[in-house]
Amino acid sequence: MIHESAFVDRIGSNVLGIFEFVGEVATFGARAAVEAARPPYEPREIIRHLYDFGYRSAPLILAAGFAIGVVLSMHTRASLERFGAEAMIPAGLAIALIRETGPLVTGLLVSGRVGAGIGAEIGAMRVTEQIDALEATAVDAFKYLAVTRMLALMIAMPLLTIMMDFSGILGGYVAEAVVSGMSWQQYFERSFAYIGYSDIIPATLKTIVFGFLIAVVSGYLGFTTNRGTEGVGAASTRSVVMSSMLIILGDVVLVKLIFFFYPQVST
Amino acid sequence: MTPVRFDHVSKAFGPQQILDDVSFDVPSATAFCLLGRSGAGKSVILRHIVGLVRPDSGRVFIGDQDITALPGRQLAGVRKQMGFLFQSAALFDSMSVGENVAFPMRRHTDWSNDTIRDRAQQKLADVGLDAAYDKMPADLSGGMKKRAGLARAMALDPDILLVDEPSAGLDPITAGEIDALLVKTKKAGTTLVVVTHNIPSARVIGDTFAVLHEGHILENGTIEALDASDEPIVQAFMGARGGG
Repeated sequence: MIHESAFVDRIGSNVLGIFEFVGEVATFGARAAVEAARPPYEPREIIRHLYDFGYRSAPLILAAGFAIGVVLSMHTRASLERFGAEAMIPAGLAIALIRETGPLVTGLLVSGRVGAGIGAEIGAMRVTEQIDALEATAVDAFKYLAVTRMLALMIAMPLLTIMMDFSGILGGYVAEAVVSGMSWQQYFERSFAYIGYSDIIPATLKTIVFGFLIAVVSGYLGFTTNRGTEGVGAASTRSVVMSSMLIILGDVVLVKLIFFFYPQVST
Repeated sequence: MTPVRFDHVSKAFGPQQILDDVSFDVPSATAFCLLGRSGAGKSVILRHIVGLVRPDSGRVFIGDQDITALPGRQLAGVRKQMGFLFQSAALFDSMSVGENVAFPMRRHTDWSNDTIRDRAQQKLADVGLDAAYDKMPADLSGGMKKRAGLARAMALDPDILLVDEPSAGLDPITAGEIDALLVKTKKAGTTLVVVTHNIPSARVIGDTFAVLHEGHILENGTIEALDASDEPIVQAFMGARGGG
């Protein structure tokens, strides 16, 4: 009986811990959103982070997109060949990439590369008193460190997603050209034959939310780091795990919302 | 007007009482040295002065302004009057040493890039780091980081300079040079609050002193008052010949 009670206590404590974490992250995110609208806007810091998060992530995104395009093309061909529908390969691949695979994979890759970096960098600044030094220099550390990263990532994500989509389509073309000798023009036309703006715009813009989630979760974990270098490592790891989970959960909600506002996308 | 005043300040972190009814004031253009064993709460006092920590009870005044419950933006205005050398130096490791020193100037002045660079270079020269402008903090020794941190704290010629262990990790000659620089800064009108274990250094820099022990100020006054104290801990401190 005592063991059962301790077990229930532990479960209850864990559930409360999750609620507390979600509440604190939500408060952190809400504060970041409000502070983003207030001056000073720190454009130099935003541009610096945009270079780091966007430009320096581009090779990874382009390579991953290309590989995904090749693999998706091979799988799609294997499936559609059975029905004699090889001509639909470019369109099927483009729809899959633009609507879902591109945005989701970009979000997960960026959460790994950038989320871990944000958690570790801000965490290291916390444990080495650099955040206190910023505050002591009369600089709003929250705005300077968290808000600038959030805005940069919200700008970078849709751009990286477009890169992922196009490199994926290019990868699909290369795989298809090797097998069937299809020309680029023909492949491109077939790819976009069944795609409208309602496929491209909502799916690409939803990655702004992914950028917000990655930056807020990683920033929060960095700011609340303790336990020295061990804490920095934990903040980095948890940033990737938590932001990846939130991206996947957020994606479900966002897809549902897109279907609600753009019913034609669900057909 | 007293630049820094503590009025019955108490602070606990969890169950541990760090400061218990601490009061003192620091007259203008003087150096107030806080002495005490490690973990006595000396650095916590500095953090209260710059508003990084707020007291559980009591009040902290900077000039005639009570900063105890001051909101962020107004607190930033008060902080612009201060420089803070952290115990770990706390240099921004994404910037060069020179950019660290230039950082407060870039944030709070409209000086040209050339002026900022010249002034940052001069501040580095004052602490003996003339050649370190373009180096990264990771390339410096602990003592050099400390000096670079001091240069950054003095970047805007603050009215109040808070210094946590200025001579820790420095060789005796450099420590003597830093002491001389702090005395010169004080004579130029800056009020200093210095945390140190180095009693000879404190004797050079300080005008008034306080010995902190278990959250209380055991003795507070001039060097003569501390030398004449009957408190064994104060006697042990004042008899010490080195430190840092």
